[in-house]
Amino acid sequence: MAERRVIPLSRPEPPNAEPGIAISGLHLSRSGRALLRGVSLTLGHTGITALLGPNGAGKSLLLRAIAGIIPPDAGEINLAPRLAHPALVFQKPVLLRRSARANLAHALKLAGVPRAARPARISDLLEQCDLTALAASPARSLSGGEQQRLAMARALAGDPALLLLDEPTASLDPKATAAIEAITLRAAGRGVKVILVTHDRAQAERLAGDVVFLHKGRAVEHAPAPRFFSTPASAEAQAYLEGRLIL
Amino acid sequence: MSAFREAIAEAAGLIVRADADFLEIVALSAQVTGLAVLIACAIGFPLGALLAVGRFRGRGALSLAVSAAMGLPPVVVGLVLYMLLSRAGPLGVLGLLYTPTAMVIAQVVLVTPIIAALTRQVVEDLDAEYSETLRALRATRAQAMGTLLWEARPALVTAALAGLGRAMAEVGAVMIVGGNIDHLTRVMTTAIALETSRGELALALALGIVLLVASLAINAALMGLRQRIGEPAHG
Repeated sequence: MAERRVIPLSRPEPPNAEPGIAISGLHLSRSGRALLRGVSLTLGHTGITALLGPNGAGKSLLLRAIAGIIPPDAGEINLAPRLAHPALVFQKPVLLRRSARANLAHALKLAGVPRAARPARISDLLEQCDLTALAASPARSLSGGEQQRLAMARALAGDPALLLLDEPTASLDPKATAAIEAITLRAAGRGVKVILVTHDRAQAERLAGDVVFLHKGRAVEHAPAPRFFSTPASAEAQAYLEGRLIL
Repeated sequence: MSAFREAIAEAAGLIVRADADFLEIVALSAQVTGLAVLIACAIGFPLGALLAVGRFRGRGALSLAVSAAMGLPPVVVGLVLYMLLSRAGPLGVLGLLYTPTAMVIAQVVLVTPIIAALTRQVVEDLDAEYSETLRALRATRAQAMGTLLWEARPALVTAALAGLGRAMAEVGAVMIVGGNIDHLTRVMTTAIALETSRGELALALALGIVLLVASLAINAALMGLRQRIGEPAHG
């Protein structure tokens, strides 16, 4: 029987604490099409939040807006100071044409880590992501799962307090998915706030402490994961969880 | 036909016995072309990357100017440089006309646009692939440019090679600003033009053979280099 892991998904927030992430009235349009329509959300400093929703709901855009790589047309995203430098992992990692170790060295350089501190940090990251044996391998010759683990290691290089994951396991097999989930859980266990975009309802159930359900560019529902999956409040979330098409 | 056979035999003799005048011309050519391509790479690589990922006023106009400059007629470049460097010109005081330095300048002017335009294209293509990742890694514009240039190194070798080809074959501009002076500014292309016009085919042929062999050798070496550095790096 598989060992059951119990990993704290969130730390209790101090009473009256400022939110970790406060998003208000976020609008984003492209080519005249509204893709995010007044998203307002408040998320904690820690724990794993899943962004769920059908294709085109605006999950990835919202994640990129939080990462600061897509400026919104209107609205505000306020990150608590400790979450001010988020790291982002994409579904399809784009790695540099150099070794796994050199990819991490490059990320550490960009993060401003002093040269002398890099070798130890690289060893630590490689170990965290089970890549030590592949350190000298060309990054682009690694398997899909190994590449994504390297992308996770690279994202963690700057020691971020906010980790944004855009469907990191969408193209991976179950074993590689389990490895990415384990890295995610370990990061969350260390107090890193994780926001995970996923299509995989079961993954959200496995990992998330709370769920934001997006539909047509709106945050339709935000609830603790157990409540969301047992008794979704919105008709859209209910339909999505029942596997019905939401039009 | 016998005159041609004699010229070929004489040319082979010049090469085999490493004739001093012949070697001097080859050495000066290598020096001028090598230095010009190095300078053109030093300017063209960052300029191309800047045009690819930089966001500044006049970027479009500069990009257009660089592309247009790829087709600059060498004799026109030679003429303009002659006017600038001649004693009556604004840079006449430098005394560069009819010196190897003037020839290097002419080749840099001709080669830099080629290297910059090819670099811009390569870096633009890579930027489409890497930009989101580099922004997520919080790379500054300068850091992104540096990263993209390093990632583009196999293609940059090709750009440098294209520049080298142009510089090696260049005759019009270097003839005008160098003057084709014996033992001072005579390089392979200008010597071939002069010797052929005088009917002295042996030296022209010998230099032509060197040009062809050099071109082949450089292409072969760079092809091997590209294959090596084109593979993902280890370690």
